[in-house]
Amino acid sequence: MIEVKNIVKKFGAFAALDDVDLKVADGELLALLGPSGSGKTTLLRIIAGLDWPDAGEVSFDGENALARGAGERQVGFVFQHYALFRHMTVFENVAFGLRVQPRAVRKDEASIRSRVKELLDLVQLDWLSDRYPSQLSGGQRQRIALARALAIEPRILLLDEPFGALDAKVRKELRQWLRSLHNEIHVTSIFVTHDQEEALEVANRVVVMDKGRIEQIGTPGDVYDNPATAFVHGFIGESIVLPVDVCDGRVRLGGKALNIAADGAACGASKLFVRRHDMQVGPAGSGALEGAVRQVRTFGPIQRAEIALSAGETVIEIDAPRDREIRTGDIIGLQPRRYRIFAAQD
Amino acid sequence: MNQPQSYLSSARSDLRSEPRLVRALIIAIAVIFLTVFVVLPLVVVFAQAFSKGVGAYFAALSDPEALSAIRLTLWVAAISVSLNLIFGLVAAWAIAKFDFRGKTFLISLIDLPFSVSPVISGLVFVLLFGAQGYWGPWLQSHNVHVLFAVPGIALATIFVTFPFVARALIPLMQEQGTQEEEAAVSLGASGLQTFFRVTLPNIKWGVLYGVLLCNARAMGEFGAVSVVSGHIRGETNTMPLLVEILYNEYQFISSFAIASLLAMLALITLVAKTFLERHLDEGQLPRGN
Repeated sequence: MIEVKNIVKKFGAFAALDDVDLKVADGELLALLGPSGSGKTTLLRIIAGLDWPDAGEVSFDGENALARGAGERQVGFVFQHYALFRHMTVFENVAFGLRVQPRAVRKDEASIRSRVKELLDLVQLDWLSDRYPSQLSGGQRQRIALARALAIEPRILLLDEPFGALDAKVRKELRQWLRSLHNEIHVTSIFVTHDQEEALEVANRVVVMDKGRIEQIGTPGDVYDNPATAFVHGFIGESIVLPVDVCDGRVRLGGKALNIAADGAACGASKLFVRRHDMQVGPAGSGALEGAVRQVRTFGPIQRAEIALSAGETVIEIDAPRDREIRTGDIIGLQPRRYRIFAAQD
Repeated sequence: MNQPQSYLSSARSDLRSEPRLVRALIIAIAVIFLTVFVVLPLVVVFAQAFSKGVGAYFAALSDPEALSAIRLTLWVAAISVSLNLIFGLVAAWAIAKFDFRGKTFLISLIDLPFSVSPVISGLVFVLLFGAQGYWGPWLQSHNVHVLFAVPGIALATIFVTFPFVARALIPLMQEQGTQEEEAAVSLGASGLQTFFRVTLPNIKWGVLYGVLLCNARAMGEFGAVSVVSGHIRGETNTMPLLVEILYNEYQFISSFAIASLLAMLALITLVAKTFLERHLDEGQLPRGN
């Protein structure tokens, strides 16, 4: 088990990590998800030993990892831009971790060769073993980087934006491939991404980070359906955000009371979060909100409508199913099926 | 095939380029300029050196004074190139792979020898090690000879040539970044293994390029060496110094014979430089299949 406790890391006055705690169980596939500057890569590099925290603890199975250098932690690290050794063949890249071992534990040449072959088979690229990195496509390079990291039989595999430099189609393929590879070899893995779809699709658990803090840890379903904070609700999935006032269990938008329960939200300025597809469309006067349709675009199974709300002078976008046609100029009623109210910050 | 071809046969075949006449004129100017200022002097050097025949040429080169100058030049070049290789590698590595205070200052310090006149560079060492200099009296009392001896010549040469290796490597190493080193370290490589297996192979062509230019300058340096050498015949004259002395004494054959060796060094350097630049352009890649 990997345990991170009270980690603080500052770059000058900027707090990259601000008191972060995290436990990763054996065999997990965990995603660190957050916008750039949220501290997710810094956390990953601290676990790997490529950066050092200003305060806090990192332990692997109860042993203090901070007492060891990166090379002694048995951590496989996969870089966003692959970082393959450009002057070595694919084969030698994968063999590197085995060749630099201290003489006492180093394997003989025949075992190194068979191990490298095994790994290249695992990433399905054994036919490329004599090529140089510059002769490979991005997706191939990333798979070789993964094979190289796995060569040292890591206790934990860390991937920094592993698909960030790839085009959309390859990214999608590699995602599924990584998922099935993890099912096959079960090495504890943490990957960093800013792409919510990637995190939700690949990981068992998702850690949502913002401004050096962990906002929420949960399964992909959890963080999507039950966001713990306003940030998580806004960052994951498309949300409609309305500035509301809560008082005595009533919710007001632009001075007008809405016909929805306050759900125990505290008094004061708040934000009402609703998923775009959670707005039920009905005839005028039927819901908590009312507005005029300004524009409708139809694609795939949904119609996306831009609606100017009569209360609060706000324009929102909703996704409605195509069973009930919406036309520009219609006045429609809107009722949130599911919603969350968070206290407005600052 | 039956398309009208008239627009293809006009005198100005490609609208993007200059008319043929202008092109010819520009090329001619360049060729004439290079002939007068580069090719002709080179030809003159060799013509003068061989003007009394091959026998006189080799006799001039096997003169003890000439041999001593060649030996001294090779010796000084070997010392300064190897020391500057180590210095350049260390400096470039520190600058490209780490962030520290005073980094910009160090970079401009490395460029200092390029912006100082070589004569001044030599004079600095006279001020430090000369009889009236800072350390002169102390050195004299301990019977250590720096000025007007090999150590002084080597020091002046090292000073003048120390930017070459560092300058060749810093941009290259900065561009390559530190990710490969980080990957090597996380795979369990030690510091030395990382340097010799990852960093050095990635910059080897850059290193050779820097060494080549450093060597050419070390062998050809005149100003700084002239100040600290003392011109002791057969002892502290390097090849460039001897060329001047012999010329002033009207020994043209000997003078040009030694000059021809320096000219040949220049030609070899030029060819090697072209070769290395091609490798550098290929982004340090080994030539794959």
